[in-house]
Amino acid sequence: MFTATELNIRNQKIERRVKLLFLLMTILLVIPVILILGVLVYEGGPLISVDFLLTDPKDGMTAGGIFPALVGTIWLVIVALLVSVPIGVAAALYLSEYARDNWLTRVINLAIINLAGVPSIVHALFGVGAFVLFFGFGTSILAASLTLAVMTLPVVIVSTREALQAVPQAFREACWNMGATRWQTIRHVVLPNSVSGILTGVILEVSRTAGETAPIMFTGAAFFLPFLPQTVLDQTMAMSLHLFVVSTQVPGVPEQLPFSVALVLIAIVLTMNSISIAFRIYLRGKKKW
Amino acid sequence: MVGATESPNQATKLEVRDLSIYYGDQPALQNINLTVREHEIFGIIGPANSGKTSFLRVLNRMEMFVPSMKVKGQILFGGRDISKWRNVYALRRLIGVVFPLPVGLPLSIYDNVSLSPRLAGIRKRADLDIIVEKCLRRAALWDEVKDRLNSLGSLLSGGQQQRLTIARALSQNPQLLLLDEFSIAVDPVTTMRIEDVLKELKKEITIILVTNLVQQARRLADRTAFFLSGRCVEIGETEQMFSGKTEDPQTQAYLEGRFG
Ligand SMILES: Nc1ncnc2c1ncn2[C@@H]1O[C@H](COP(=O)(O)OP(=O)(O)OP(=O)(O)O)[C@@H](O)[C@H]1O
Ligand SMILES: [Mg+2]
Repeated sequence: MFTATELNIRNQKIERRVKLLFLLMTILLVIPVILILGVLVYEGGPLISVDFLLTDPKDGMTAGGIFPALVGTIWLVIVALLVSVPIGVAAALYLSEYARDNWLTRVINLAIINLAGVPSIVHALFGVGAFVLFFGFGTSILAASLTLAVMTLPVVIVSTREALQAVPQAFREACWNMGATRWQTIRHVVLPNSVSGILTGVILEVSRTAGETAPIMFTGAAFFLPFLPQTVLDQTMAMSLHLFVVSTQVPGVPEQLPFSVALVLIAIVLTMNSISIAFRIYLRGKKKW
Repeated sequence: MVGATESPNQATKLEVRDLSIYYGDQPALQNINLTVREHEIFGIIGPANSGKTSFLRVLNRMEMFVPSMKVKGQILFGGRDISKWRNVYALRRLIGVVFPLPVGLPLSIYDNVSLSPRLAGIRKRADLDIIVEKCLRRAALWDEVKDRLNSLGSLLSGGQQQRLTIARALSQNPQLLLLDEFSIAVDPVTTMRIEDVLKELKKEITIILVTNLVQQARRLADRTAFFLSGRCVEIGETEQMFSGKTEDPQTQAYLEGRFG
């Protein structure tokens, strides 16, 4: 017969307390999220309508909608992605599938980690110097998106590399053993089995890009532009900057307006995150090993 | 018995001269000299750590993927020094490999077997169909999977995956087949079926069989080498070795299962 010793009982007690503590911490974590969302919906919800999304701001941005900002954010995100995804995925493929572990690789890895830690305002200044002035793109969607791309590259690289490394090494070895080149192995086995992870990382990245203000403020986003950009060399309004402007820069804005802008911005981000999560769950259901 | 009927001046498929393998400065295998004849099953036995897997690895130049691995000596495959092959991919296609733990690629069963021919440039579906069926039949797997060729290879049972791996190795149309403890994850019945397959295959190709089961070497191998902590202690006709005529008492001890 097994009888619980004093030690067993004490361990059980500790176990229960530790579990309770962790649960409390978790709840604590959820509270601010719920509060933020609650306040935004409560304050900003009533103003939101199809009209709000699809009309220009008027009366010195104290009334009207957010259409140009919404369109501008979509432009910025898409152009940034067109730049950062191919470069980031290629770099991750190189680092994970080709590079040997030597000093050069280590230096590159270190650079990537440090790049990820650079504050966004520094990226903004770099963007002004490099893209606006040196390359002469002026303040434009192109300059702003390139700045965003530089800023998000390290994260794209890291998340892609993680997705690649989740593919078991044994699969690569099996391919190499049958005479496949590295590229054939990547194309037929590694990429098809990591594309879900790569995409998830990219989508999360998009949502981060959509919310950034500092990097686009000096490089391409305009305070107020009541028309839509025609080419990537035009300036544009953007949601994040618009939120900043209506909250702090213009007098006489109705109290709910900033909340409504924030709510739309958060809705964009959350929608993309949910797509990414749904995607991940869907693909986990089709796990291949 | 099988070994005795082999003619002694049979063509040489693989010749290994003064082969040493190092991981960094650490030797894993030293001064190996051996020849493998065409159409024989060459067994390699020996306890863990004796360098058997390392040996197989260098035969198709997979040491390239392990930066710390250094190879000294010469390996002649079909008379040609493998370090002088300009196209290592062509070399690897001639050498099929089966690992201890089955690796079904996360592709359909069909694609597992057709990938290698496709990489080698065969495109026509009809040709691929023929190769897939032939290889799966030879690996004694066809009857179990012929109705679900499009389901995932990595979701087959362990024993089935191992046969799939063998079919995949055969799809390369190899001249030499390397088997590294293939029966570790396979039940005894399936093991016997695979062993029968190997005896058939021997008529067409050459096989190097690394095994932990001395009885498996006895059943299959024409000649057997005994590796011990990085050295090749002895090579001999399997029958002779198992009938007690070993040159080295260590071999005798290992075969009788008293070791260590
Ligand atoms: N990638 C590696 N890096 C460093 N050392 C290694 C590596 N692979 C093998 N070794 C070393 O080489 C020696 C021989 O290993 P090997 O795998 O060839 O033995 P083995 O005979 O196949 O053993 P087992 O019967 O357990 O499979 C071991 O001492 C091992 O530690
Ligand atoms: Mg081994």
